[in-house]
Amino acid sequence: MRYAMVIDTKKCVGCSDCVVACQNENRVPIGYCRDWVIENAKGTFPNVSIELRSERCNHCENSPCVRCCPTGASHYEEGGVVKVTRHECIGCGACVQSCPYDARYSHPDGFVDKCTFCHHRLQEGKLPSCVSVCPTECMYFGDLDDKESKVYQLLQNRDWKVLAPEVGTKPHVYYLI
Amino acid sequence: MNKSRREFIKLSAIGAGGLVLANPLLNAMIGQVNAAEPMDASKIKRFPTYCEVCFWKCAGWVYTDEKGEIWKIEGNEDDPHSNGRFCPRGTGGIGMYNDPDRLKTPLMRVEENGKQTFKEVSWDKAFRFIAEKMNKIKEESGPESLALFKHGSGGAHFGKLFKAFGSKNITAPSYAQCRGPREVGFNTTFGSNINSPEPVDLENTKCLVLIGNHIGENMHNSHVQEMSKAIDRGATIITVDPRLSTAASKSKYWLPIKPATDIALLLAWMNVIVSEELYDKNYIGQYAYGLEDLQAHVADKTPEWAEKITTISADVIRQTAREMAFHAPATLIHPGRHVTWYGDDTQRLRAMAMLNALLGSWGRKGGFYFPEKAKVPTYPHPGYPPVNWTWKDHLDGTYALADSSIANVFVDMSHPENESDYKIKGWFVVGTNLISTIPNTQRTLEAIQNLDLLVVVDTMPMEITGYADIILPECTYLERYDDMRVSPNRFPNVAVRVPAVKPKYLSKPSDWIVRKLAKKLKLSKHFNYESYSEVIDWQLKQMGSSLAEMKEKGVLKMERKTPMFIEEGDYHEFGTSTGMIELYSLDLEMEGFDPIPNYTPHPEPPQGFYRLNYGRAPMHTFGRTANNPNLNELMSENCLWVNPFVAADNNLENGQEVWLKNQDGVVSDFPIKVRITERIGKDNVYMVHGFGRANKKLKRSFGRGISDTQLVTNVMVDPIMGGTGMRGNFVSFVTDKPESEVIS
Repeated sequence: MRYAMVIDTKKCVGCSDCVVACQNENRVPIGYCRDWVIENAKGTFPNVSIELRSERCNHCENSPCVRCCPTGASHYEEGGVVKVTRHECIGCGACVQSCPYDARYSHPDGFVDKCTFCHHRLQEGKLPSCVSVCPTECMYFGDLDDKESKVYQLLQNRDWKVLAPEVGTKPHVYYLI
Repeated sequence: MNKSRREFIKLSAIGAGGLVLANPLLNAMIGQVNAAEPMDASKIKRFPTYCEVCFWKCAGWVYTDEKGEIWKIEGNEDDPHSNGRFCPRGTGGIGMYNDPDRLKTPLMRVEENGKQTFKEVSWDKAFRFIAEKMNKIKEESGPESLALFKHGSGGAHFGKLFKAFGSKNITAPSYAQCRGPREVGFNTTFGSNINSPEPVDLENTKCLVLIGNHIGENMHNSHVQEMSKAIDRGATIITVDPRLSTAASKSKYWLPIKPATDIALLLAWMNVIVSEELYDKNYIGQYAYGLEDLQAHVADKTPEWAEKITTISADVIRQTAREMAFHAPATLIHPGRHVTWYGDDTQRLRAMAMLNALLGSWGRKGGFYFPEKAKVPTYPHPGYPPVNWTWKDHLDGTYALADSSIANVFVDMSHPENESDYKIKGWFVVGTNLISTIPNTQRTLEAIQNLDLLVVVDTMPMEITGYADIILPECTYLERYDDMRVSPNRFPNVAVRVPAVKPKYLSKPSDWIVRKLAKKLKLSKHFNYESYSEVIDWQLKQMGSSLAEMKEKGVLKMERKTPMFIEEGDYHEFGTSTGMIELYSLDLEMEGFDPIPNYTPHPEPPQGFYRLNYGRAPMHTFGRTANNPNLNELMSENCLWVNPFVAADNNLENGQEVWLKNQDGVVSDFPIKVRITERIGKDNVYMVHGFGRANKKLKRSFGRGISDTQLVTNVMVDPIMGGTGMRGNFVSFVTDKPESEVIS
């Protein structure tokens, strides 16, 4: 099983609902966030286009954060979810520095925090909160090893990209373009 | 990846590489539990509600945690407004409850040491003061001299109090400052209003046409959802907007029109559809009146004619008109919502209605559906006393086609210059910040100075609260019962609101405030219940349900009784004078207006000035969310969109703070940061409405960004229905801090 998130930039309106839903669901303190939204504009008026995309931890197959963690707090869960075990984390911040996506932050309670793909919800058979709240349904979540899954199908049938492929992290968040 | 997320922020959130929309700045921590370990699931409770952060009123569930505090708010899957998915504002509604800047106690204006200030008073003292003033106005000028301005659920309770007291002078800025022209434009064409939510069949549309309507930035939940599905289906989207809105960026055709020329484009579209005989002949033949008049009217309104006016090429006008006709009747020209732009708005909206008519989309799948609304019985109460006059007497036949009261007319009736016999002496303002909603603030303030009583009811301090004699703190929607949500939709339905938590501080629900005040006014017989839950339960029981059942369901769906669409060839009577779709409007002709819309040129910005356009951001509702801790974090101020050429001409840099000065010399209270972007043309600038809050008690939002309303001093009143056109104001940049900064 390989969990992946597929985000359709053609449908995202950049509303940032994913950010608020995640903050509530995961009790992320105000002032911090596990996901965020980027807008990129290209061209000159009136030949302009924009891309909107929701970003977060890429749950990389080859995660620099897991590799550099001195205590083993950063680890892989089943399906490739990258998680931090809070009581094992000493808050050294090495993982924060190592992440090419700047997806981790130091929580005021002394540990490092980031997106877990809402691992607690996955265990209950629910989708990550960002996916389930998105008004445009531009976010998909599933198992890339399952050829029937929507995420697999979308990646077969649509053009896509990942962020910073050159750093070789093998990210598991894909953007339909 | 050579830039990190935090470096983007250092570029003032408007860097060359990308714009961070969700802003993870390290603000103060506010009312938020710490992350701790997972919660004890057995202690989690949920309560049904419908959202009050905007007017879409999505039904959802409020979850409380082991401590009984609000944890999160999610959509109700049975609700046609949300389909189980709340928008960012609804999800962030929790911030309305947690905001430490909330109004906490009743406050009364007093004079201490020669200086006016607000003093905390008990509810009882507040009620005695208000009742005494109300009775005095009633004795001196009659109860009709009290007016209610309202928005949202709280206002409904006050409406009942006003009727019991003897005044029907009740209004809401949501009509003449927002959607009024489309109601009249569609009513004069189809004999039906649009209302809310708009009965557009986006679910099935094959071609969606948006005219200045930025779905996705206006977060009208179910419409955003359905537009996204339309994108998935490969539907054609045609967006007319001088700015590359989010919707424009998703469109097959973006028509970057010269502002204020939309009617010319609409007439040219009709020219193509009529002259190429692309209209729905059976539908028009059976249901429409005035085709020949329309044919003659648009004969010379060719795409070439419109190109010179709109800057949109004749080829594109033809191509888009043909594409609309190709998908008809599943082509939808969306009526939009905030449509008070240039003073000829009813005519623009009528042209849109007529284009829908030609395409046969009214009452057709993929166009407009016929909504149905649940019938909810009225809780028994004694009859209201008759009134001697209303706002209509003051108007004496002017704006006769307006089907709702006109908030700016209430300001006129309260103004010292009002020479009619119908004078307003006291205001209740419930849940609407009139300083930001009604343009020409100076005139509103002059009216306020002329009042004997100004009561403001709100959850938050706003600009209007600063002018109140007495401020009453309403609790948020998460802490109260209210009337059920009954809105027209594809299927009749009702949704309930049940408190998830007790009211914070000394705040109270509007129904409680009204009941207690009614007691002081000796009007208790009209409010014969102890809790509003009794009213809802009684109503639900008449409908075969109960409050207990609804606490488990949240939303009650009912069967339709009439067809949702007109079947091909069916007899159908429209609500117009002729009973037909009026391409030629007899009502407009009778009132002395153009029976078919005409394009009239509007003033253009003088040298060195740019047209001020404004709109919405998906994470905010008007100015009411600017201080919401969760939503402020996503967008804490507005910025000014400026084309790179305009920036170069004025030596502006990205992120630079500028003040704006309008054509009448009004300078903004606060500065705004420049965002240089290719998404906007050279003749206008753009900002999101709702910022530049001037009440210092709003700690997070005070002085952040600019209030567009402050710069709207040229108001173009729609002669048909009294709406206030606000997009004819022009601004120039002031780069040095103005000397006299007026901050209240």
